[in-house]
Formats: sequence, C-alpha cells, structure tokens
Amino acid sequence: MVDFALSENIVAPTRAAALRRFGRSDARFRVFTLAAALLVVAIFIGIMIALIQGSWLALSTFGLGFLTSSVWNPVTEKFGALPAIYGTVVTSALAMLVAVPVGIGIAIFLTELCPRPLKRPIGTAIELLAGIPSIIYGIWGFFIFAPYFQQHIQPGIIDALANIPVLQDLFEGPPYGIGMFTASLILSIMILPFISAVTRDVFETVPPMLKEAAYGIGSTTWEVMWRIVLPFARSGVVGGAMLALGRALGETMAVTFVIGNAHHINESLFAPATTISASIANEFTEALGDLYVSSLIALGLILFGITFIVLAAAQLMLRGMERRSGGKSL
Amino acid sequence: MKPILNRLIGLAVGTAAGLLVTAASAADISGAGATFPYPIYAKWAEAYKAKTGIGLNYQSIGSGGGIAQIKAKTVDFGASDKPLSPGELDAAGLTQFPTVIGGVVPVVNIAGVQPGQIVLSGGVLADIFMGKVKNWNDGEIKALNPSVNLPNQAIAVVHRSDGSGTSFIFTDYLSKKSPGWASNVGAATAVEWPTGVGAKGNEGVAGNVKQTSGSIGYVEYAYAKQNKLTYVRMINKAGKAVEPTADAFQAAAANADWAHAPGFYVVLTDQANPAAWPIAGATFILVYKQPADASRTKEVLTFFKWAYASGGSLAESLDYVPLPASTVQAVDKSWHTNISAAAVP
Repeated sequence: MVDFALSENIVAPTRAAALRRFGRSDARFRVFTLAAALLVVAIFIGIMIALIQGSWLALSTFGLGFLTSSVWNPVTEKFGALPAIYGTVVTSALAMLVAVPVGIGIAIFLTELCPRPLKRPIGTAIELLAGIPSIIYGIWGFFIFAPYFQQHIQPGIIDALANIPVLQDLFEGPPYGIGMFTASLILSIMILPFISAVTRDVFETVPPMLKEAAYGIGSTTWEVMWRIVLPFARSGVVGGAMLALGRALGETMAVTFVIGNAHHINESLFAPATTISASIANEFTEALGDLYVSSLIALGLILFGITFIVLAAAQLMLRGMERRSGGKSL
Repeated sequence: MKPILNRLIGLAVGTAAGLLVTAASAADISGAGATFPYPIYAKWAEAYKAKTGIGLNYQSIGSGGGIAQIKAKTVDFGASDKPLSPGELDAAGLTQFPTVIGGVVPVVNIAGVQPGQIVLSGGVLADIFMGKVKNWNDGEIKALNPSVNLPNQAIAVVHRSDGSGTSFIFTDYLSKKSPGWASNVGAATAVEWPTGVGAKGNEGVAGNVKQTSGSIGYVEYAYAKQNKLTYVRMINKAGKAVEPTADAFQAAAANADWAHAPGFYVVLTDQANPAAWPIAGATFILVYKQPADASRTKEVLTFFKWAYASGGSLAESLDYVPLPASTVQAVDKSWHTNISAAAVP
C-alpha cells in the first residue's frame, strides 16, 4: 500500500512531463515534415524561375517561332526547337509502344503463370535492369547493338520495305545503325523494368477472391487478366507507365549515344535525329553567346512543359477512368 | 537572366575552387575552360607543383564556361579553344595567348584503303560535308586519287554533336576553302551540319567511323595517332599533299602572321607554309590586361612561361604540339605590351 501511494505520487508528475515531452516532439516532427514538404515546393518554384529567366532572351527574340522553327544554326544564332521536340516525342512514344505491352506481359507472367522457382530470379533480374546506369545502355547500344543492327538487320528491313507505300518512307535511308529507331529501342529496354516492376506489384494486390471467383465461373486466364486483374489494377499500371514515360522523355546519355544528334526532322525512323535533353547535354559546355545558351535553357523549359502536360493528362485520364467505374479502384 | 545563371555557375565554381584552395594552398592558381588542353595542363601542373610547390586547379568545364568564369572573375585565367575577337577582348579588358597547337585530321573507313593513301583538298572535303559529293567514286575524289581503287559506295558523314574546338578549327578551314560552306554553314564550335550523324567527343566520332563502312569523320590529331585511324592526306595552300605530323602542325604555327594579329586572333588553318598541315589551330588562355590582383596574373604567366620553356617534351609525350620558338617569343612580347607591368614575370 505504502509502495503504491508512493509510486502514484511520483508517477503523476512524470506522466504529465512525458506527455508534454511527447507533445513537443510531435510538434517538432510536424515542423520538420512541413519544412521538407515546403522545400520541394520551393525547389520547384526556384527551378521554374531560373528556367524562365534563363530562356527569356531566346523566347523574347524568337517568340512562338521558337516552337515551330526547325532551324538550329549556332553560327547565325537562329534557333528553333521543333526538331528536338519532334525527336523527344517520337522516340518516347515509340519506346512506350514497345515497352508497355511487353512490360505488362512480363508482369502477368510473373504474377499468374510463372513457375515458382523462376519467379524470384526473373523478378530480381528486372529490378537489376532498372538499376543499370543509363550510360551503360548507351555504350551497349552504340558499340554492340548499333553495328550489329547496321550490318545484319537494317539493310534487310530497308530492302524488304522498299516498295511498300508509307513503310518505305518510314524505313529508308543509308543504314547508319544509329538513329531514331535505335534510340527508341534502347529507351524501351530502359523503361521496361519500371513498367513491369510497378505493374507486378499492383497485380499482386488484386484480391485472390476476385480471381478465383472468375476462374470458378469458367473464365480463361486471358479473361481473368483482361477483365478482372487489369481493370482492378489500372491506376497502378498507368502510374508505372507514366513513371516510365517520364524517364523516356528526360533520358539523356543513352539517347545521345545512339540517336545521331542531327537537328533535322526526317520521316524515316532510321535517320539521325536529336532530342531536347541530348541537345542540351551535347551543346551546353561549348555554347558561346548569350542567345545560344538561352536557347538551350529554353529547350529545358519546353521539356519541363512537355513532362508537365504528360503528367497532367495522365491524372485526367485516371480520374476519368475512376469516374466511369464508380471510384472502385486502388 | 544571364547574370543570374552566371552568378550561379560562378557560385558553384567559386565554392568548388574555394574548397580546393583551402585544401591545397592559398597560392594555387585557378583556371577554367576548354576541355581539349585539360590533359596537358594537368600534366604541366603536376610537374610545376613538384618544382615550385605552387599548384594549379584547372576545371575543364568547356570554352564557353571558361570565358564566363574569367568574365565573372572567379578564376585567375580562362581557357578557350576558339580565340576571342579583338573587339570581344577589348570589351572585357582581356588579352589572350596561345599555349599548344591542336590539329584536326580527317579519318575514313573504306574497305582496302590504308592510312594516308587518300588525298583530299579543302574544297572536296567541304563538298563531302555539304552532302554535294555523295559517293566515294565521285569524279572530284577520283581526280585527286587516280591510282586508288575507290568503291561505288555512299559516303556516310560523321561530325561532332557536342560543341568543340575541334569542330571550330575544322569548319573554319572549310569556310576558308569553300564559299558555299562559308555562306551556308559558317565556322563555329557547333554549326548546323547539312548532312551526316553527330557523335559525342573524339571517341564518338572515331567509334562511328570505325563501325560504319564508307564513312568519313574528323578527330583531334592525338586521338587519330593514338588509335591508328585511317587518316587522309590533305593538299595545303601551297598545293602540297602533307601528312598529319607534329612537324606539319608546327609549320602551320611558325609562319603565321602573329605580329599583325592583335590579341593573337589567328586561326592556323590554311597557312601558306609548304610544310604546313592545313587544318590546325591553337588553344588559348585569357587573362585581364589590368588585373585587380596583379600577383595572381603574375603567377599564371609565370606558370605558362615555365611551360613554354620546359613543358615541351611533356606536351609531346601526350601528342600535343608545342608552340614553335618564334611564337613563344611573340607571346612574351605581347605580355609586355598588353598586360600591366606589375603582372608580367
């Protein structure tokens, strides 16, 4: 009894102190997280301001013509972004065209069809693929893939399609090995792991009940994937694809190696082209003259804009999909 | 807009330089600029430090960056592959002088063709890079190489994709030899290439040429030599077909009319000396004529004075071409006439 009274006397003030202490630490924690969040906003605004300031000279000199001109002449200081925008959009779109079906295919195989002993090695290989620095892809593409492609595959494709309308224009020209097609292919390999890793993770969150019920009423594997798993996981799949697209749009080193770096718009996919980030990486160090530097920064601003538009479109698309399905999604 | 960027770069470089300076010694020389001479500046710096105890921190951030840095006064000297025009120098209160010579060598990949077997002239080279001469058995090439069996093969042109002093020397030469090139393309560290693929760096151009049958590109002399590429002989202004050798580059510098070139604004392309390789150029150092701190500039000039006197063999070991003695004298003279006396060693 005596003991109890004693301890209560001691404990009461201790508890109050502890509560105060916890309160203080919580407040500190709140301030810290708030600061971290605000830091992101500040960095974002800072980058925007720096980009707009840096590109102001180019934008005020060329106006909207900067977006539509395909001249890129450092000697006469006439700059237009169209070839770089075209190269960026086309290579990224082609890369997505290849990587999305393959990536989702890998995820389906891993979650539904893969024999258990293979699951872990293949999954690890895909995650490792995501960790390879982009310059390695560039070097591999330039020294291994491009020469092989040039000597053994490209001439065949060019000859085979030589008399087919449209296709002959898309695949014509001297076989350089490098060019838009090669860049797109390397990009698709680079972004594949993002799509398949994210997609696999969301597929694994699909409740087994749903799938088993579908199998129970006689669905085929295809029907289960197409009608149950994909609709359930679609926001995650779109998210993974957008992450991949973001990487494809901004990828610099690997693309610089294999795209051929020519400021021309050519309808042939085998022709050399350039992208926004490749142009900046190539030309920034030795860019002499304010207008040249400013034009390169303006290219950066445009890339920022493209990425923003893509992300916003993805958000809108997701929202639309959720509304149609009554908001039952992840 | 630009000042903010400059200040940011300045801040970054300044901080980096500051850290290095505190780590090393307060008397170290700082410089920034061209990437092409970086290996030899680093080698000179090492030898100079061993001898005098004074180090050199050189940041190879590119010629554009070097010019911006010296204008922002964050470094003791700037370095550029492209000489500034006298007007630009005066506007900034700067003076410049050459340090080592760089040569540019056209390299080809044609089945059965050996190094030095093919001869080209400036005009034909310009036509190839303009996309006017498209095939190796074109009459223009055949006329210069009657004894060589040239294939009926499309020419694949490879050029630099990054801005580069090498491209500047090369396009300056083509501009001098071809009015069409001068009016349509021009000379700069980066130009609007009429045809071909762009590759990053000497190694990128060399790699592309090696991989592409029927290709032609151009690389830095040291790169062509070390990798034993199939170089092309060039017909120079005197009408002689010359091989790309260190002597031929020196010959280009030896006869250059430095005396009548204020601020050494001479690009060593298409020189009249019969022994000269026609596609050569020097890389430059930028310092203030009236430096705020004369002792810093004096350290810079002392370093380069030592390099001219004792750094020649080091330069040759890295396949750079040292300036001929006559040019070194002209440089020394220009220091005394252009730079305030307190800063000249």
